[in-house]
Amino acid sequence: MTDATLPAATPAVRRRRTRPQWLTLPVIIGIAIIAFWVIVAVTVPLWTPYDPLMIAGRRLQPPSAAHWLGTDALGRDVLVRTLYGARYSLPIAVIVVAVAVAIGSALGAIAGYLGGLADSVIMRLVDVTLAFPPILLAMAVTAALGPGLDNAAIAMVAVSWPVYARLMRAQVLSLRGREHVEAAIAAGASRPRVLIRHILPLAWSPTLVNATMDLGQIVLLAASLSFIGLGALPPTPEWGQMISEGAVHFYSWWIAFGPGMAILSMVLGFSFVGDGLRDLFDPRSGT
Amino acid sequence: MSAVGTASAAAARPPLFEVRDLRVVFPGPAGGLEAVSGVDLSVDRGEVLAVVGESGSGKSVTMLAAMGLTGPAVKVTGSVKLDGEDYLGRPEALRRLRGKRMAMIFQDPMTALNPVMTVGAQITEMIRIHDRSVSQRQAMKKAVDLLALVAVPFPERRAAQYPHEFSGGMRQRAMIAMAMANDPEVLIADEPTTALDVTIQAQIIELLDGLRRERGLALVLITHDLGIVAGLADRVAILYAGRVVERAPVREAYYRPAHPYTASLLKALPSLEGDRGRLVPIDGSPPGLAARPPGCSFHPRCPIAVPRCSVERPALIAVGDHAAACHLADLSARTPLPMPAAGGAR
Repeated sequence: MTDATLPAATPAVRRRRTRPQWLTLPVIIGIAIIAFWVIVAVTVPLWTPYDPLMIAGRRLQPPSAAHWLGTDALGRDVLVRTLYGARYSLPIAVIVVAVAVAIGSALGAIAGYLGGLADSVIMRLVDVTLAFPPILLAMAVTAALGPGLDNAAIAMVAVSWPVYARLMRAQVLSLRGREHVEAAIAAGASRPRVLIRHILPLAWSPTLVNATMDLGQIVLLAASLSFIGLGALPPTPEWGQMISEGAVHFYSWWIAFGPGMAILSMVLGFSFVGDGLRDLFDPRSGT
Repeated sequence: MSAVGTASAAAARPPLFEVRDLRVVFPGPAGGLEAVSGVDLSVDRGEVLAVVGESGSGKSVTMLAAMGLTGPAVKVTGSVKLDGEDYLGRPEALRRLRGKRMAMIFQDPMTALNPVMTVGAQITEMIRIHDRSVSQRQAMKKAVDLLALVAVPFPERRAAQYPHEFSGGMRQRAMIAMAMANDPEVLIADEPTTALDVTIQAQIIELLDGLRRERGLALVLITHDLGIVAGLADRVAILYAGRVVERAPVREAYYRPAHPYTASLLKALPSLEGDRGRLVPIDGSPPGLAARPPGCSFHPRCPIAVPRCSVERPALIAVGDHAAACHLADLSARTPLPMPAAGGAR
């Protein structure tokens, strides 16, 4: 009897082994997209036929065999410029999110752990910052600092840290009352040690999920700021900047098509991976 | 306060760990909610004091307050002395004491261990918090020894594992190993066996008793399990509504309870010997923090209450080593209990 039932049971077991439940098709696609862009960003100078700033052909040429995505108003190759764009968008997104996570999490952890006045002050600052539409606040900050990718990055950190403060504060508040934290205090651990060793290591999963999704959002925000002339400055092959140039030559659709698709794919990729991470860390939430 | 500790030592020096007139007030309406109203407890080396009470009687809060673990909003007054030195209201001194000279084990070993640190690392941390001069390697070696001490099999391998790889009983052993890491003088065990099944309970009790005997540990056992009290404790303090209502050597309390609450608790307990009559429950429920009755807190539920009980609060009156807070208890007329045939309780 055992022999008869075994073969039926085995494939189901094997399938679960080879592909964990959170690794769904969208997550795989997301990972593939991000891997593609990372590889492009690292290796693109090695294999493109043109330089992104070089005038590679006649201006405003539609897509052809020589220029797969056509040429822009100055005759530069749109595909090459799009691929080079990843060298700006990707590092900026990573740096902005990393800094925002560091600042936001530190402040949120302090607010949640100390409570009282520190909590009030930090969280009111968070509320005030979140009350502005992000793009508006980012525009205001960049306008005050002057255009340029570095200032845009500062502006994007300024708008994205508060979410991390909230996430970390909520986690610390809920973990603070856990019995193992009380046990650590009963063991004579100092307050900083309790926070760093016994609370923070358990508090990262919501932040990690949100940070992954935010990478895509920061790519979009960076492009938005460049589009309205507050981010990357003209010769730079940055996606928002390229779309902005494409908007001037509205009937040469291919100029905006390349960078537009690039932004779309990157936002989508990070969102897919973020969803997968959420399923991995918290299987009960979501669908 | 009455005679405390063993008879010979009581007069000469103060008990090792002593809580006097402890009051714990939680923030609340009308000047706050008093969870503990003047509790006196003491325990000496090699001795087991059981603190018994229903949920909400203040037994855990008393010990948490004595360890300085109640948080800044809670007002704690009275005195908490270790070796005659008062530590209450000195948070930094208390912090150095905690885990070093006074250790605590918690009710639920499932949640009291840090899930993202290996068990060995947690014991190691315990050692290195209090003595930075111990190297990581030495501390880890000691952690393995400690796991062996609490009878965890394969201690080297177990030290490298995470709490989720431990069973409930093994986790409680690991907790005890952590508590013993710095060779404390006082061990406070807050319902150490509640979350465990009966066989494992017996093993843990055995382990605690062994540590008490071999290392001269002063053990404070917080529990509502009268069976464990009978098996392990030397003396027992019964708490009701934030006060000690009876304090006595374990045999006295079991055979001749002086307070009707203690008597009711014992009647509510099933017995293996004698007639198996109906268990007698205590009617009603303990009073809430905000609505403690006047007079004796127990009078609304007391089977023998007289009018005086609802007006005047009985003081805790001691005769010899037996103390009770009841107008109707007369301890002075008693003769000593005959010694048991087996030659005394331990």
